[in-house]
Amino acid sequence: MTPLNQDSLNLLAAAPELLLALGALTLLMVGVFRQTIAGAMLVHWLTIALLCAAGILAWIGGGDTQYAFGGVFVSDGVSRFAKVFIFFGTAVILLLSREYMLRAQMMIFEYPVLVALAALGMAMMVSSADLIALYMGLELQSLALYVLASFRRDSVRSTEAGLKYFVLGALSSGLLLFGASFVYGATVSTDFTRIAEVVALGETNVGLIIGLAFVLAGLAFKISAAPFHMWTPDVYEGAPTPVTAFFATAPKMAAAVLMVRVLYDGFGPEAVPDWQQIVAFLAAASMLVGSIAAIGQTDIKRLMAYSSIGHMGFALVGMAAGTEAGARSVLVYLAVYMVMNLGVFAYILTMRRNDMAVTKIGDLAGLWQRDGFSALCLTILMFSLAGIPPLAGFWAKWYTFGAAVEAGLIWLLVIATIAAVISAFYYLRLVKIMVFDEAADAFDGPMGGEFRVVLGLSAAVMVLFVIGGLGITEMAADAATIYAR
Amino acid sequence: MEIGLTHYLTVASILFIVGIFGIFLNRKNVIIILMSIELMLLAVNINFVAFSTHLNDLGGQVFTMFVLTVAAAEAAIGLAILVCFHRNRGTIAVEDVAMMKG
Repeated sequence: MTPLNQDSLNLLAAAPELLLALGALTLLMVGVFRQTIAGAMLVHWLTIALLCAAGILAWIGGGDTQYAFGGVFVSDGVSRFAKVFIFFGTAVILLLSREYMLRAQMMIFEYPVLVALAALGMAMMVSSADLIALYMGLELQSLALYVLASFRRDSVRSTEAGLKYFVLGALSSGLLLFGASFVYGATVSTDFTRIAEVVALGETNVGLIIGLAFVLAGLAFKISAAPFHMWTPDVYEGAPTPVTAFFATAPKMAAAVLMVRVLYDGFGPEAVPDWQQIVAFLAAASMLVGSIAAIGQTDIKRLMAYSSIGHMGFALVGMAAGTEAGARSVLVYLAVYMVMNLGVFAYILTMRRNDMAVTKIGDLAGLWQRDGFSALCLTILMFSLAGIPPLAGFWAKWYTFGAAVEAGLIWLLVIATIAAVISAFYYLRLVKIMVFDEAADAFDGPMGGEFRVVLGLSAAVMVLFVIGGLGITEMAADAATIYAR
Repeated sequence: MEIGLTHYLTVASILFIVGIFGIFLNRKNVIIILMSIELMLLAVNINFVAFSTHLNDLGGQVFTMFVLTVAAAEAAIGLAILVCFHRNRGTIAVEDVAMMKG
C-alpha cells in the first residue's frame, strides 16, 4: 500500500463520485428542511440534474488509467463506461418514477436521495481496485437498495420483498467477505494488482481457490445468477414498480462490471482456468433457469425477473471467456440490456386501470388496437430481448457468443442457443397477446410524455443499433483494451 | 500445545457454518436470522485478525474495522425493515414471510 500524500490521493480521478456524494448529502439537508411535496419534487429534480452532471463528468474524465486514494480506487475505460450508463440510467429511472410516486403518495425526498446513494455505491463498485473498496461500494449500494425495496412501508408485499432481499443480500455479503479473508490470507494483500502478482507466481494455493469460490458465490448473488437467484422474482414482484425498474437496470451493470474487475484485474490472466468452469456453470444454470421458469409466469414484473436472470447468464457467457473480447462483450451486453429494460419498464410503469397499478400479462391483451405506438415499441423491445436479428439484442448476444467461441467454450454455446430459443417462446407469446388477442379494457388516461419518449427512444436504439452499434460497441472496445495481452 | 493459525481458522469456519445453518434451518424467528448474519460477519473478522497477526500485516485489521462498522449499519437497516414488516403483518415468524411464491 502506498503512503497517502497529495499525489496518491489524486481526488480528481474520483470527481464524479465526490460530486455525487457531496450532492446527495446536500440534497438530504434540503429535503429535511422542506418537508412538503413541493420540497420533495425539488429534491427529485435536483437529484436528476446531479446524476446527469456526474454522468457528464465521468464521460469527459481523462482517457488514461488513474488511481486515487492511494491505489484503492481506479478510474479507467471500463469504470467510466459503466459509470456513464449507471448515472444516466439512474437519472432516467428517477424521471420515470415521478408520476408513480406522486400517485402512490410516496413522493418523499428520501427516495431520490437513496437512489443517488445507491448509484454512488455502484460507481464505487465499478472503480474498486482493492477488496476493502469493493466491500464498501457493494455495501453502500446494497444498504440503499434494501431500504428502496421496502419503500412502500404500509404494504406487506413491499416490506416482505425488502426483508427477503436484506436476509439474502447480507448472506451473500458474508460469503463474499469470507472469501475475501482467504484471498487476503493467501496473498497478504487486499490490493487487486498485488493479488494478481501472487497468482501469477503460479503456486496452486488452496486458500486462494477457496477464497475465489466464495467471492464468486457472493457476487453471483448480487447479479442474480442461478443457483443464487431465489430472491429475484419475489423482490421484483414485491418492490414498488419504479424500484423494480431500478433493480433491473443499473445494479446489474454495476455488479457484472465488478465481477469483471475481480476476475480480470484481481485474479489476473493466469487464474482464468481456475474460475472459467465456475463462471461457465453459473452462466449455463442462469440461462436455463431464466428461460424455463419464465414460461409459466403471469405477472409481468415476475417475468422480467426471470428474464433478467437469463440475460445475466448470457452476459456471463462472455465473461467466462476471460479475454479482451470477453470483457468487451460483457460491456456491450449490459449496455444494451439496460436500454431494453428501461424501455420495457417505462411502459410497465404506465399500466394502470381504475387508478390501480396492474401488472398481469393478460392486461396487455389487444394493446395493438388500443395504442399502436406503444404496442409497436414493445414488440420491437420483445424481439430484441429474444435476440432476433437485426435488433440490438441479437448483436449483444453475437459478441458474447463470439468471445466464447474464441475461448473454446463450445458446450456453453450449445446451451446458450437452446436457452435463447426457449426464451424466445415467452417473449413472442407476449407479442402474440398484444397483437392478436381480443382487446382488454383500456388503461387509464393518456400516457405521460416522458414515458413515450423513453419507450420510443429505447425501441429506436434497438432498431438503429445495426448502424455501427451507435458507437456503443466502439466505446466498449476502447474500454476493454486494458485487458489486451 | 500452542494455539496457531489453524486453530483460529477452524473456530472461524465453525462459527461461519453455524451462521449459515442458522439462516437456512431456522423456521422460527427472523431475529435469529439477524443474529446468524452477525455471527457470520464475526467469523470473517476472526479470520482477518488471525491472518493479520500471522502474516504481520496490518491490512487485515483495517478490513476488520470496516466490517464491524458496516455490520452495525446493516443490523440497523435490517431491524428497521423488520419493524415495518411486523407492523404490516403482525408476526415475524419465518414461515409467515411467504406472501409471494412461485
